[in-house]
Amino acid sequence: MTELTGRVTDIRADYMAQVRRKRMMDGIILVIFIALMVSGFMIADDRNAGGFWDGLHRFFDFPKEVVSEAVGKLDEMPAHFVTFFPSLIETINIAAASTLLGAMLAMVLSLLSTRGMAKWPRLIPLFRRIMDIMRAVPEIVIALVLIFVMGGGPVPAMIAIAFHTAGALGKLFSEVNENASLKPVEGLQSVGASWAQRMWLGVIPQVAPNYFSYALLRFEINIRASAILGFVGAGGIGYELKNTMSWGKGQYDEAAAIFLLLFAAIVAVDQLSSVVRERLTHGKTTAQAQKVSA
Amino acid sequence: MSIAANETDFLKVQADQQFSRKRLFSFGLPVVVLLYLTFIFFNFDVPGLFKRFEVDNARALVADSYSYKTHITRDNRTGNVTAAIEGERKGSYPEGTVPEWVTLGATDTVIDLGGGHEIVFGADNFVSYDVPGYGMITAQPSRASGVQASLPTSETPDWINASKNRMTITTDAGRLTITRNRTEVFRYFAGWELFFFTLDSPYSGLGFGEVMSRALGGDSAAIWQDFWNNKMWRHKDVVWALFETILMAFLGTMGAAIVALPLAFLAAKNFTPFTAVRQITRRFFDFFRGVDALIWTIVLARAFGPGPLTGALAILITDTGSFGKMFSEALENVDKKQIEGIQSTGAKPLQRYRFGVIPQVTPVLLSQILYYLESNTRSATIIGAITGGGIGLMLTQAMITQKDWEEVAYYIVLIVLMVMAMDWFSGWLRRKLIAGDESGR
Repeated sequence: MTELTGRVTDIRADYMAQVRRKRMMDGIILVIFIALMVSGFMIADDRNAGGFWDGLHRFFDFPKEVVSEAVGKLDEMPAHFVTFFPSLIETINIAAASTLLGAMLAMVLSLLSTRGMAKWPRLIPLFRRIMDIMRAVPEIVIALVLIFVMGGGPVPAMIAIAFHTAGALGKLFSEVNENASLKPVEGLQSVGASWAQRMWLGVIPQVAPNYFSYALLRFEINIRASAILGFVGAGGIGYELKNTMSWGKGQYDEAAAIFLLLFAAIVAVDQLSSVVRERLTHGKTTAQAQKVSA
Repeated sequence: MSIAANETDFLKVQADQQFSRKRLFSFGLPVVVLLYLTFIFFNFDVPGLFKRFEVDNARALVADSYSYKTHITRDNRTGNVTAAIEGERKGSYPEGTVPEWVTLGATDTVIDLGGGHEIVFGADNFVSYDVPGYGMITAQPSRASGVQASLPTSETPDWINASKNRMTITTDAGRLTITRNRTEVFRYFAGWELFFFTLDSPYSGLGFGEVMSRALGGDSAAIWQDFWNNKMWRHKDVVWALFETILMAFLGTMGAAIVALPLAFLAAKNFTPFTAVRQITRRFFDFFRGVDALIWTIVLARAFGPGPLTGALAILITDTGSFGKMFSEALENVDKKQIEGIQSTGAKPLQRYRFGVIPQVTPVLLSQILYYLESNTRSATIIGAITGGGIGLMLTQAMITQKDWEEVAYYIVLIVLMVMAMDWFSGWLRRKLIAGDESGR
């Protein structure tokens, strides 16, 4: 009996020691984290042109100016919407085309870098590294170089975004591919199908819904990216925004119109893609369930 | 029997319909995509692009990104000969010194471009260029009567561009430009010039072993000083800029997570029974996400001026929306049983959250935060280019000069390496923090 109580106290002491150690570690990590955040904030504040505390009360000045000008010229708003709508369409077109091109390239790259599907199994690491590098390049880098070579316009932005998209989607696609069944591929191989046929007929039908869902998510991200690239000279609504901003006061009603258009576009695509993706992942199963029960 | 036959007929019809629908889809979709891309091809004026494509720019860009040129310049008014790498002040040779392929004589300066190409700056601004396989080109520039070139052939070959006041000769070995005011020779070399030390440093041009042995001999501080403050490549500024970019990403991501976590409880169905509060919080998240980082950057730059803090705040605000949405979804998926278990021991609400909820959602939250940390390193580069901070700013500055392409190439390599390092680091941290979670690759 005493032996048992002794063991219980031992276990308890052990447990408490473990808990204390864990708490201590958590505490240390927390202290380090807070120290990093505070010192990081101080360095950033120090290296910024205007200080945080000086700027804080000016935070609403600019939005206030924009809103007051926009409200003052409310009757011109619809005309501004009409003026800038084509450039919004261009921004969306850049995003759509680059998502399509990027997804097509990503499809090929991901198939080439998935075990069991690759055409050249020895080159799998090479294609993976290629995707890593493509993913790591920020769009703006390629866009700026291409703008220098080709002049401004939508094409540099399209190529830049497509390049990054291919890398980002390629990684996600290859994760999808890993879960695909290889049996259709083997079946096709047994009847003498070429690599392209095996992939197109054996793999793609299995993974298409997941590909589509990821591509939609990318499309959403790419709209933002193409707006930003417009700001550095690649056309679309970002370019118009830069122009109106550089005219400064008196033109802020136009800036407000562009803000609203961009906001509406992003929210609309966001909602639309979440509905479609929801249906892709959940609606499918209910449809199948219905079929089975029928 | 007949019923069974009917059923098979029905099934066959159904199967046929399904097949034709599938066939339509699998052929129709590629056609639609192709049509759209064709539309884009013309809408974006890709054919016109080929006409506008500036081949010279592209060639200069590519050549400059892996090679450099040394300028040998004679001022035709004073007769002074100077040498400078890339023709820049910070790359110029100290007064009276020239590279070893140039010989400064009493009257003649002989420039050996290699491969038999030889240029001589003679007395009274006289210039001669001996091109192998072509002959001797001479020129006598003067302020009164222009360049006065004479060629060995009566016909001007297309690699010589001559007019009254200007002559440019471009060969494989280099380039000679003569105007009334000055005569300039370019010679091209592969590599990134003066990457370690500029010419005013005593360590310039020494081999690695030599520099190392001097460092061991007690010069290490001075060597480091010369390298760190290299005027051409600005190693100090570059390292600071990289640090600033990572700082922006770190502050923005972590700050957003800190702000979003308590708000996410307000937006989660199982923690906030009041629909109104939930809806308001969610619309709040949607608003922050929907107003793009671009717009936040512009608004913030007005208040705080350019710099890393502005970038960090822009990331913070945008990602508060994204994190809020994802965190609240994670919170809605928590297991009730753990919370009830904690509650049964008499825990207060805050304790219930701390011990019942947080341990459940931590792995999900951490992996999302770390994923965003990596992606925000890229965003910070882009935001930096717009708002003026970090490596993004240095990149745009180097691009604006339209000639420092070797620096642009250097920065691009650094950015890619930085993002890949952050990718690796966030993956490592994820594995470390979420022990046993194999999905957190």
